[in-house]
Amino acid sequence: MKSFAYQKPASAQAAVGMVDPMSAAGQGGAFLAGGTTVLDLMKLHVLTPDSLTDVKTLLPAGIEERDGALYVGAGTTMAAAAEHPAFRDRAPALSDALWKAASPQLRNVATLGGNVLQRTRCPYFRDVASACNKREPGSGCAATEGVNRLLAVLGTSEDCIATYAGDWANALILFDTQVEVTGPEGDRTIAFEDLHTLPGDTPAVETTLGDADLITGYLIDLPDWAWRSVYTKVRDRESYAFAVASAAVALDMEEDTIREARIGLGGVATVPWRARAAEDYLAGKTLTEETGLEAGRIAFADARGWGHNDFKIPLGQQTILRGLMEAAALTREGTQ
Amino acid sequence: MSIGNPVHRIDGKLKVTGSANYAADFSVGTPLYAELVTSTVGLGRVTSIDDSAARAVPGVRAVYSHANPLPVDAADFFGAGGRAQQSWRPFESADVRFNGEIVGLVVADTLIGAREAARSMRVQYEEQDPAAVFGASGLEPEDLPDRGLSMGDIEQAMEASSQRVEETYTTYANTHNAMELFSTTAQWAGDELTVYVPSQWVEGFAAGIAEELGIDAARVRVVSPYVGGGFGGKGSLFTWTAMVAAAARDQGRPVKLYVTREQGFTTASYRAETEQDFRLGATADGRFTGFEHQGREISSRADTYVVNGGENTARMYHADAVRTGVTCIHADRQTPGFMRAPPEAPYFFALESGVDELAWKLSMDPVELRRINDIDAEPVNGVPFTSRSLMECYDAAAERFGWSDYEQTVGARTEGDWLVGWGCATATYPTQMGPCAVRIHFDATGQARVWVASHDVGTGAYTVIAQATALALGIPVDSVKVELGDSRLPPGTIAGGSISTASNVSAIEMAVAQIHDRMGTTAETMDPTAAFEAFGQRAIEEYAEWIPPAASRQQAKTLYNGKVAIVGGAEEDYTAFAFGAQFAEVRVHKYTREIRVPRLIGAFAAGRIMNEQTARSQYLGGMIWGIGHALLEKTEVDPRNGKIVNANIAEYLVPTNADVQELEAILVPETDTKVNPAGVKGIGEIGIVGTAAAIANAVYHATGTRVRHTPIHVEDLLPQA
Repeated sequence: MKSFAYQKPASAQAAVGMVDPMSAAGQGGAFLAGGTTVLDLMKLHVLTPDSLTDVKTLLPAGIEERDGALYVGAGTTMAAAAEHPAFRDRAPALSDALWKAASPQLRNVATLGGNVLQRTRCPYFRDVASACNKREPGSGCAATEGVNRLLAVLGTSEDCIATYAGDWANALILFDTQVEVTGPEGDRTIAFEDLHTLPGDTPAVETTLGDADLITGYLIDLPDWAWRSVYTKVRDRESYAFAVASAAVALDMEEDTIREARIGLGGVATVPWRARAAEDYLAGKTLTEETGLEAGRIAFADARGWGHNDFKIPLGQQTILRGLMEAAALTREGTQ
Repeated sequence: MSIGNPVHRIDGKLKVTGSANYAADFSVGTPLYAELVTSTVGLGRVTSIDDSAARAVPGVRAVYSHANPLPVDAADFFGAGGRAQQSWRPFESADVRFNGEIVGLVVADTLIGAREAARSMRVQYEEQDPAAVFGASGLEPEDLPDRGLSMGDIEQAMEASSQRVEETYTTYANTHNAMELFSTTAQWAGDELTVYVPSQWVEGFAAGIAEELGIDAARVRVVSPYVGGGFGGKGSLFTWTAMVAAAARDQGRPVKLYVTREQGFTTASYRAETEQDFRLGATADGRFTGFEHQGREISSRADTYVVNGGENTARMYHADAVRTGVTCIHADRQTPGFMRAPPEAPYFFALESGVDELAWKLSMDPVELRRINDIDAEPVNGVPFTSRSLMECYDAAAERFGWSDYEQTVGARTEGDWLVGWGCATATYPTQMGPCAVRIHFDATGQARVWVASHDVGTGAYTVIAQATALALGIPVDSVKVELGDSRLPPGTIAGGSISTASNVSAIEMAVAQIHDRMGTTAETMDPTAAFEAFGQRAIEEYAEWIPPAASRQQAKTLYNGKVAIVGGAEEDYTAFAFGAQFAEVRVHKYTREIRVPRLIGAFAAGRIMNEQTARSQYLGGMIWGIGHALLEKTEVDPRNGKIVNANIAEYLVPTNADVQELEAILVPETDTKVNPAGVKGIGEIGIVGTAAAIANAVYHATGTRVRHTPIHVEDLLPQA
């Protein structure tokens, strides 16, 4: 690992002033909280920051009611959030997505601010000898014709098919969420759905955050029917595996009829993905295998396979169907 | 007496408290640290190396490469009777033979400095397109006609069948991924070299290091008292080990190398992928007629390495005619090596899937089909088995599993949203052993010490050796101290081929018999105080060299030469195998098709079992690995440049605790006095054999989809879009 300076400022706002902007090639400085992505990528020389600015103890931690919404501090660990009653009882998808992510060791140190910014596991991104437009703009994409079984079929471009690797963001995107950010210009909020950007022809740009912006928390507006939500994660093994495909589903139902459906997809897209057309289709429908699968088809209508990952299109459709069925089967009592 | 006491591991406390010294734990003063630099192209040659940035890293002492090579010669390849994992030296030329090959070695004052310097090396290549995987152009097939078996007229036998299976089965490459990473620490004292290296073969490593350095083997000591998993991956001498020793000599300081997980994937050995053409015919009443098994196996350009499992699959069941063969497919890859049940794990996936396919065609219970074709003598030469408890294993496992409820209908059983399927398969492993020497010291206080250059790769060898000694002498187990894993000890066997326990126990019983003979004692009446008083000495020491009765003169002579001799399996006058039966229940989700294994039950008969507890753990560990073989493990090679793209344990998947649900190994009693004086068959490898086929057969039962490759993934079972 390249030598770097370690600095620990007194406050989050001071940290923003101290961090050197990180360029696309992973130069400059970086924030360090849980460190589960940044240290991993530094060992691989994918990131070679000159300095790490430690914000782990400076970020607010914990979950609380605030202004009728749920406030989540960016310093909350995945483990603490996964077992928090506010998630478990009011929006189980937010809890499930954390329980089904990573391993206990990782969940104990990883924090929710960094979690939504987790970098892709694309093997060509992680290998400095491979062409990768995300790591080294203009170098090409080794993945489009490479071993791409785990890569994306939604939101891709010829320049990048890297999958967004996280889980929690795919559930968070179901709900109206404001991301609280502090930066050189002061504090502001970003709608969560606007945080991540499609790769297009600039895959090195992954979010609308500035180089020295720091996520400090989230304000989540949970509808009172969010208890009927699940995170269905398909993976090759039962624990500690990235999603092959996942679906976060929340349903507002009256008897068998869907008033409103919300669907977030993971493992199949370049960013946390909201399947709005499928949601629109489901509104007012009775949930059956046929309507569930049709929702899946709509969600993947524009999907493109890249060879090894062609199967993610039918798998993603089936995952939506399964998520819908599992959400519909929840009972309020069963979630408390 | 068939099943020994479940004595807890005598080294268990050392291990859980972190006091057991693994190779990398030994302190050698203030060592220098080495780091490997590996190639980023799959074929070609190094055209230039710019090490200026590397040399600028503080504390860098040396950068070695083909341009500044270390004085290390090639040692003979293991697969050709030598000790080394491959036949060539990385620095002997500028050539790059596979992606991830060693092209440089950096030595620095600190580990971090060595790592940073290695990353700073700028290596330029003239790159060519490698032929690295099946289907690539430029592969070189090498027929090995003398490795095949033939009996009867296969075509005629196939003609005579009323049902037949003719399919190709493939298994993907696997990487050992022992928990303990590879390492080497080398320390010179004058002309005497001590090497601490995780090893399943300290004698062979010492001899091989001496061969590569051009020094007397007596001057090399290899130390590896505890090994954090080997699985065959630490069985042949690593390419880097003598390089580290040469660097230590060059620098005049001890040198320590840690090989990263990723480098372990490319620079050490692996289980290569296979393609197997399989034919099996049967009469309408289930009697097998013709059996043919032809394998194709990936190897490196330079080395011919095949596991050739047809030699064993051909000996499992009745057949009127047999033909087997193997072709080595030379590719631009690292030389593969042995991994737990090297021939049986891949080849029994084909055999036991094929038998199941035939059972469905015949509408016969797959257990009964195997019973119909059960045999007393192997079919190729008609040589009798020393013992064969295959059907006893099937019956024991079937009863425990509840197989009597089996219904041969696809998708007959569901639980909630899950399709449930059942499958079974045969497990086997040849019973083998090797020449082994042991020294035993026994004194009037009743304490015994045992020395043998054997290995505990996590299997419980320390415990079993102590038990065998205690039992033979007639003293308590906790009165025995055992030293293993040092090439200065009496020569033991390689920890491979499931030979350690049979060989060690045979040698121990021989040495102890010499003690009883001299002292006039027996185990049953042993009273150390009285015995030594009568004997007139305070202690006694005996040394025994045990040579397996079936060993050739040449094999017998390997004992002090650091060479491997493995005797057993299909011999001229006897056939010795351990047997087992594996039963799997799988669940496949009706929508998303994930495959899970809620139940796995195996029954195994392997002669005398020395320790019920460590034996069960061996079986269970093998079965768990079998889940990985069936569903998870896949070393993914990018065909374009031969790069392994999942060279980490986040994406190279092995089963987690959550993937292992109900798991049971039944120890079926068996007495076999013919295999060796100790009556011991090996159990280290049999547990993985057949598991993958049992799971694949259960997947078919659940879904009606026959998957003829490993690993089986969700996409193999999905409806198409």
